[in-house]
Amino acid sequence: MSGIRTGKLLAGKFHAGGLRLRTVGLRTVGLRTGRRRTGRPETGLVLAVLVIAVVVLWALVPGLFTAHDPIAGVPAEKLRAPDARHLFGTDAVGRDLFARVVHGSVHSLSGAFVAVTVGLLLGTLLGSLAGSAGGLLDDAIMRLVDVLLSVPGLLLALTVIILLGPGTVNVAIAVGVGSVAAFARLARSEVVRVRRTDYVEAAFGSGGRYPAVLWRHVLPNSLGPVVALAALQFGMAILAISTLGFLGYGAEPPTPEWGLLISEGRNYLATSWWLTTLPGAVVVAVVLAAGRISRSIGRGTE
Amino acid sequence: MSLLDIRDLAVSYGGRPALRGISFTVEPEEVVALVGESGSGKSTTAHAITGLLPRGGTVDGGRILLGDADLASWSPRRLESVRGTRIGLVPQDPANSLNPVKTVGAQIGEVFRLHGRGDRRTVRRRVVELLARVGLPDPETRARQYPHELSGGMRQRVLIAIAIALEPELIIADEPTSALDVTVQRRVLDLIDDLRAEFGTAVLLVTHDLGVAAARSDRLVVMKDGLIEERGPTAAVVAAPGAAYTARLLDDAPALSARDFRTAGSDGRGPAIVVRDLVKEFTVGRHAFRAVDGVSFEVARGTTHALVGESGSGKTTTARMVARFADPASGTVEIPGAEPGRLFRRHVQLVYQNPYGSLDPRQSVAEIVEEPLRNFRLGDRAARRTRVAELLDRVALPAGTGTRRPRELSGGQRQRVAIARALAAGPEVLVLDEAVSALDVTVQAQILGLLEELQRDLGLTYLFISHDLAVVRQISHTVSVMSEGRIVESGTTREVFTGPRHPYTRELLAAIPEPVR
Repeated sequence: MSGIRTGKLLAGKFHAGGLRLRTVGLRTVGLRTGRRRTGRPETGLVLAVLVIAVVVLWALVPGLFTAHDPIAGVPAEKLRAPDARHLFGTDAVGRDLFARVVHGSVHSLSGAFVAVTVGLLLGTLLGSLAGSAGGLLDDAIMRLVDVLLSVPGLLLALTVIILLGPGTVNVAIAVGVGSVAAFARLARSEVVRVRRTDYVEAAFGSGGRYPAVLWRHVLPNSLGPVVALAALQFGMAILAISTLGFLGYGAEPPTPEWGLLISEGRNYLATSWWLTTLPGAVVVAVVLAAGRISRSIGRGTE
Repeated sequence: MSLLDIRDLAVSYGGRPALRGISFTVEPEEVVALVGESGSGKSTTAHAITGLLPRGGTVDGGRILLGDADLASWSPRRLESVRGTRIGLVPQDPANSLNPVKTVGAQIGEVFRLHGRGDRRTVRRRVVELLARVGLPDPETRARQYPHELSGGMRQRVLIAIAIALEPELIIADEPTSALDVTVQRRVLDLIDDLRAEFGTAVLLVTHDLGVAAARSDRLVVMKDGLIEERGPTAAVVAAPGAAYTARLLDDAPALSARDFRTAGSDGRGPAIVVRDLVKEFTVGRHAFRAVDGVSFEVARGTTHALVGESGSGKTTTARMVARFADPASGTVEIPGAEPGRLFRRHVQLVYQNPYGSLDPRQSVAEIVEEPLRNFRLGDRAARRTRVAELLDRVALPAGTGTRRPRELSGGQRQRVAIARALAAGPEVLVLDEAVSALDVTVQAQILGLLEELQRDLGLTYLFISHDLAVVRQISHTVSVMSEGRIVESGTTREVFTGPRHPYTRELLAAIPEPVR
């Protein structure tokens, strides 16, 4: 629950920052660091990229990282504490927890990917429509967005799941719908800012028609901060999907989905701390890394 | 002993040198003008002296001697004791240099409080005295007002009041009047002069405006690329510049170059722009405000008509109505030969003041210039490419410019790109809205030269909007002087400049800085 709320708050903060971003361009959206002059990348950023790279590799080629089966357990080795053979220990039915975390990453990542895509596409579409059309349509869309923002994120996601039914994809869509509002507000404010610039007026002055100017000038110059928000939302989506998995709305057992892992480990919290702590730590690391990368994209667009 | 003695000062930003060993002195009660184009290092010098270099700037060597103290070796904390008490700083931008959430009085009073001078009652009394001293009417009311309630000139006076509050030995004025209208500029400069006479303060005047420097300083220091090109008594330097660079700057400064007025006879083709009784109103709160109030003028084909006035005179609004970016409340703009609707833009083009804002940062120069051709479907891809190359050549940009982005270009180059774009669809009328105001004098002279050449070759008609009378004198055939939404005087440039009839025109002309010393 708190994960989704924090996501909203962060997105809100980011949104405010987006308002004062000046020259923006996808071309300049890159991983820039604060110490541009020395050319040395920041340690935090390198770590963040490394974390994301490792997790992506887990999802793509899990076999490289662990030889254990994530589903079949060895009853004789149940509830072992972490050691050299089982890095993260084993669970109540003797499955290697590290293998489950590695194999589970594909569910979390693809879920987050779908969620961000839904939010990004729908949000940017609504936001840029509102920002470029103005008037009544702008008011109508933005009040709808206000309504979305006023409903707590988790409640909204749960409502969507109840409508669509549980399951990995549905959870991802539900989380994506929850982030539509943040994307829409940011995209709208950027489009409104870019629309007021001299170069957009000059484009109309060069005989440009409305759709051409929108496509050629307004959208490309508005999207920089939106991309940065997408990176931030990626981490937040992982957290939200894990939250829903924890509550039992996501993947069915024995799928090694991260939220489900934490939820299952809860029963052994007193005796086997690693079952909740280590998957939890992985989720935290990924969320923080996504946030860090988002921050440097945001800075790069300034 | 000199008041301020700078020796071999070197400053760099992250390894890139900005000042490469400069030396000069400021004597007590003297005005020294530091002139140069943007990037010459003049502002860096001012910042280094006050210890207010932007982040990344470091003093690499040399000495800044104020009396017998070397400020270059002082810690930032120790410098705080000098700023305000011995050196007063008048910053460049009056709009952003005051705290918007504190009253003017509180901000002036802060100087006294920071340096522990006087109790609350004395401070309040001193603040009102200072506001009266810098020539603000009704100082007691002003002290209770917030910066947004004051005009640009008034804010600059407040900043001067802060700078002189503790009667420092030296005032550093960093482009104190660049953001102000000419008449306000003159009053502010007069004020600085008076204060110098009264308190015996020395002034280091940092400016890109050679006209201002020549009129107001005892000595000139001319800077270029972080080095001093020339220094000496102002009158001597202006009369016989020693360095070629100084000579060029003086040549390019429109206020100082004596040129013949442009004249043009009627070619019998009739006017290119006819404006009749134009009115535009804006609603501010509940009140309707007339920005343009019954403006009429005609511009003959192939000539330049200038609309001059200070900010708020309605000249830009008029220009935007002529270019159909705004609709008049009443009155007409007639442009013979222009088609209605979107095709109007093939006939009339607008060039903006700010070459940084009017070009899409994500497009290449070639794409920018090609845009009108694409919009009007003029020629196929190959033909358009040839035309773009031709246009870039026409505005004297090097051949490789097409693939570059606007941010890689200088201000002057960007304005050339904007002009090339405006010319692309073959218009007959160009509306130039302060098109050279943001440029350094030398670049300004080049662009004005280019505009003249284009007018001669292509038979263009210009509507030239400017607050700078010196530039207007140089480029225009006819002039309309605007004030508070009305045209107060119009005629040929010669008539208006040599025999102004309206008192406002006379005031404007008197405010052009002339070397008097």
